[in-house]
Amino acid sequence: MSIAASASERGAEPGPERTAGTVSEGSVSIAASASERGAEPGPERTAGTVSEGALESMFADCRAEGRAALVGYLPAGYPTVEDSARLLSALLDAGADLVEVGVPYSDPVLDGPTIQAATETALRAGARLRDVFTVVERVAAAGGRAVVMTYFNPVLRYGVNAFARDLAAAGGLGIITPDLIPDEAGEWLAASAEHGLDRIFLVAPSSTEERIASTAAAGSGFLYASAVMGVTGARDELGPAAAELVGRCRPHTTLPIGVGLGVRSGDQAAEVAAFADAVIVGSALVSAAGSGEAALRELTGELAAGVRRPATRPV
Amino acid sequence: MSVGKGGVDKGGVDKGGVTVTASDGLSQRSGHEPDEGGHFGRYGGRFVPEALIAALDELTVFYEKARVDPDFLAELDRLQRDYAGRPSPLTDAPKLGEHAGGARLLLKREDLNHTGSHKINNVLGQALLTQRMGKTRVIAETGAGQHGVATATAAALLGLECVVYMGEVDTERQALNVARMRLLGAEVIPVRTGSRTLKDAINEALRDWVSTVDQTHYLLGTVAGPHPFPVMVRDFHRVIGLEAREQVLARCGRLPDAVAACVGGGSNAIGIFHAFLDDADVRLVGFEPGGEGVHTGRHGATLTEGSPGALHGAMSYLLQDEDGQTMESYSISAGLDYPGVGPEHALLKDIGRAEYHPVTDAEAMDAFALLARTEGIIPAIESAHAVAGALRLGHELGPEGIVLINLSGRGDKDVDTAAKWFGL
Repeated sequence: MSIAASASERGAEPGPERTAGTVSEGSVSIAASASERGAEPGPERTAGTVSEGALESMFADCRAEGRAALVGYLPAGYPTVEDSARLLSALLDAGADLVEVGVPYSDPVLDGPTIQAATETALRAGARLRDVFTVVERVAAAGGRAVVMTYFNPVLRYGVNAFARDLAAAGGLGIITPDLIPDEAGEWLAASAEHGLDRIFLVAPSSTEERIASTAAAGSGFLYASAVMGVTGARDELGPAAAELVGRCRPHTTLPIGVGLGVRSGDQAAEVAAFADAVIVGSALVSAAGSGEAALRELTGELAAGVRRPATRPV
Repeated sequence: MSVGKGGVDKGGVDKGGVTVTASDGLSQRSGHEPDEGGHFGRYGGRFVPEALIAALDELTVFYEKARVDPDFLAELDRLQRDYAGRPSPLTDAPKLGEHAGGARLLLKREDLNHTGSHKINNVLGQALLTQRMGKTRVIAETGAGQHGVATATAAALLGLECVVYMGEVDTERQALNVARMRLLGAEVIPVRTGSRTLKDAINEALRDWVSTVDQTHYLLGTVAGPHPFPVMVRDFHRVIGLEAREQVLARCGRLPDAVAACVGGGSNAIGIFHAFLDDADVRLVGFEPGGEGVHTGRHGATLTEGSPGALHGAMSYLLQDEDGQTMESYSISAGLDYPGVGPEHALLKDIGRAEYHPVTDAEAMDAFALLARTEGIIPAIESAHAVAGALRLGHELGPEGIVLINLSGRGDKDVDTAAKWFGL
């Protein structure tokens, strides 16, 4: 079984014990609370639902192919709910391994102009929070892997546990939380454990060693490393910060590390794939999607080729 | 007064019996502190990108050092006294009181501070901290422009580069303050996203900060935002209430029955409330912008009409729809036109220590005109909300009542708006 094998290579506990094994002291109470909530206790616990481990197996498969994963972002409801489901499926079909389904939000402080404009368009067109579940369900039904990327207030408003429950029911694998740090995430840590969702936290070039360690310990699925200090948006040059950050993260975690913010081309994808386990692309894909499905497929193909460029992958 | 009496030169001028100084707001613990993570009960905390955590931690460390550092406190007191003009006077407003059931109304004159509002209290403190952190650039958001002007002023004084984000709607209705900021050497960037008001100016400032945090301090202008801003900004403003409490006691021989302040983000209100938190018999009353009336949906009455959620880095009350999208607020007063509020106010509301009520545009403008005609003081439209609220409180209390009003700013900036409103 490739999952267990690859996890072992990285030194994690195999199979069913993974959650308890990878998550450190800070999260002991989470495992306990999951048990209290009626999950199977201790080592026998299969950690919830079928989705547990789906990201793990994806990364294992990519590793087996000697490449990084391609993760692509598009907002739910952009330009319409129906179109966003179609575009996300196209993204997967054209070579993305995982999609991030973005939740349009009124105050996206970590987003640059491209994603701001797209999510504003979605909101003006009447996108609702519940649409994200529809879109995820469509992607999952077609066999695709999806996580949700959302600012935290919509989740708070919906109810953290209810959101986790409904996302899991729709077939979603986890949530990326750009404005939620583990320190404030008590309710989400419990809900994600209960519903078998991965919790993908961000680290940044400014993160201290201590924060990298604690953030990685609280997370699961993968660790999201911000390539630059700044907001989302395509950039011509990525600079050395991303590689340095990934290098600083490795000693603290066995989680795969995805790098996002600024990647827009196949060459940049190849550059990042040389040191990261996943290349995450947002704004560039949103721009392409704005030009239509053909442009989206073309860029996705270029990025997918980038993460597979063998010369760039270290032994 | 630990440091105040010991190590700080209070100057020789007559302070009208005021012995407290700005530094006392920092060096004396209030007894109402958040937990280590900046939580006031369930509110506050840090709902921000991880990228900003290091800067917030650094700020917390520098602030905690500064608030017990005699050199920092002496410099702060010197600037507040010799540059900003503290202490601010307490003015009896007997003719205004005739319109308030004969109650005694006392105005805490923050409008007389340099730059024309209470905002300078916080700005001088944070600008000094910016220097201590070795940063060379400050950014700020502004609604009415009062915080932007204060920040531009402190930046000019201390030689810091200054960029102010201001919603495009606000640059139009507060054009005078835009000109003031530019005269002071600040760059004013009109924000054209979202509702183009204060909320969106804060979004843009946060986006700037996450990209420039090495050299830039975000000089946040209210008691909202991620920890340590709510506690730090509050402490810089505590001097308002500390002074006023002494002044009222000296003048009236007793404490006021009620303290009235306007509440947008809540900085002037928390500044004057805080000294009275342990005085159980003193009502603390915040007046929120009721706009065209809360029933119309066109208002900014966050504590009255909102619900708990996370916005701009902190858990607090906010105006939001059922999907957690921030709703656009509205007020004739740019400085109160904000759909969030500081987290300590959220706690004070929940525990019942303070109460919050809306005041409509029309009530505020009536009070604006009344104060001008009766006492010769043109208040900021923000502060006029507190005056309007105090008139209500006076009627409740009757002739024996004493109401302390935080007159947080002056109204020069609002003359255009007032001329339109009254058809002058």
